[in-house]
Amino acid sequence: MGKVMIPIGPQHPALKEPASFNITLDGEKILDMIVKVGYNHRGIEKACEQRTYIQDIYLLERVCGICSHTHSTCFLQAVEEIAALELPKRAHYLRTIVAELERVHSHLLWLGVAGHEVGFDTLLMYSWRDREIVMDILSMLTGNRVNYAMNTVGGVRRDISPDQIKTILPLVDILEERTKYYIQVASEEVTLIERLSKVGTLSHDDALKLGAAGPTARASGRDIDVRRDDPYAAYADLSFKVITDNHNDVLGRTLVRVGELMESYKMIRQLLKNIPEGPIAVKAPRKIQAGEALSRYEAPRGEDVHYVKANGTDRPERVKVRAPTLANVQAVAAMLKNGYLADIPIVVAAIDPCFSCTDRMMVSMKDANSRKENFIDWKTLRQYSIDWYKQNRGVDMSKIKISKRW
Amino acid sequence: MIKPGKMFAEVMNNVFRKPATELYPFVKTEKPDKFRGKLEFYSEKCIGCKLCMKDCPSNAITINKIGEKKFEAIIDLDKCVYCAQCVDTCPKKALAATKEFELAQLVHSKLRVTLNANIEVKKTTEGQA
Repeated sequence: MGKVMIPIGPQHPALKEPASFNITLDGEKILDMIVKVGYNHRGIEKACEQRTYIQDIYLLERVCGICSHTHSTCFLQAVEEIAALELPKRAHYLRTIVAELERVHSHLLWLGVAGHEVGFDTLLMYSWRDREIVMDILSMLTGNRVNYAMNTVGGVRRDISPDQIKTILPLVDILEERTKYYIQVASEEVTLIERLSKVGTLSHDDALKLGAAGPTARASGRDIDVRRDDPYAAYADLSFKVITDNHNDVLGRTLVRVGELMESYKMIRQLLKNIPEGPIAVKAPRKIQAGEALSRYEAPRGEDVHYVKANGTDRPERVKVRAPTLANVQAVAAMLKNGYLADIPIVVAAIDPCFSCTDRMMVSMKDANSRKENFIDWKTLRQYSIDWYKQNRGVDMSKIKISKRW
Repeated sequence: MIKPGKMFAEVMNNVFRKPATELYPFVKTEKPDKFRGKLEFYSEKCIGCKLCMKDCPSNAITINKIGEKKFEAIIDLDKCVYCAQCVDTCPKKALAATKEFELAQLVHSKLRVTLNANIEVKKTTEGQA
């Protein structure tokens, strides 16, 4: 039998979010794979430019439902750097507590999804039931289960009381107990190991070459973690290990994530024990002075990067979001090369993809006569749209003035 | 490494365990103190500075002057993202978040709520429905 090319997505029952995978198959074996994102563009970056910094916090929080604290913190780190705000220590600690709780909930959620993708639904039920504990802690601390609205420019909005610390600590113990059980499952349960090992192999060199981030990179033996390499918030005060693994496959990614859970519990305990007294926020100006900053943040899925450019008004001139999935998604093609068709769901799920978070403006235009795609600049795009409207709609748009920036 | 009886204790535990889920809507869990639900408006405190309108990420709140030093707040419950930024912004604490969260309506116009001087809802746009 010759080569068969099948498209999976943009809409497909096995996919939770739209993304396109064009797969070349020889029988069941994958020869080549092209991954395309860009079906879920929401225009968040442009919307940020039209809103004030305070409004942007809540908008960027909604980039991702699972790592909502990630995006608002990452954005605010950049804004606070431009405004030269010195945050109180307690604010840094509170941000870190929520960040680590968020990592716990994200990793437990991933564990359930991974279990579901390999047909181990018991693991899904167990880990999601235990995830409710951390969701309760988050709602107690911040008021909501998702979209915590914890951050504000210059600090956090909600304080933690000594009573809450007393309530949280035993709950963290329960979570730790359960996670130990999952580590046992992941390292001893023979069906799970057989299903996950040697699946979706990403070598150390490939991980380096394709710029993989977060647990995906760490499972290929890359010792990178923004929390340790470029400490932000309260991470400089904490002692923790960066979990790496040399399995290079989905099993390695599972082990890295459950290992990180244990480190997170350790960090939460340290944070709750050593949280300093003091104010939780400093007064921030509404107008941020001109300047630009790049901020890095270790999201549960990998490194999140935000770039903010301020021009002295109460609105940012440019906000750029790079979600961790964009760093990892091209590695999926390398992972699946010479793999099997049936492994696609688990290998895609193993990078913990979030395509809605990833999709930014992408201009990919096809010449009608060729299959070649090329990237074009703003000027050509504008000319193209003017021509298109003239030809297809009979409207002449060339008289419309546009901002000087373009 | 295969131990067939390994899961037995776990299985028995779960057979006799009560369900992890709540029987909503018959059983309702207590919302946390910091919960951000439907807004409450204390008109007597409002000075009409409209900072809440400026800071609202979704333009859900409108403050109207209805008389001498009297203001009403119109809140679009469907636009509101329940971040409670307006509560933080208000310099006179005229707004507060309640624990009310069951706000679904069958008619869209009922989601536009007017809160005014008597704290109680004086007029809603129900009639238009």
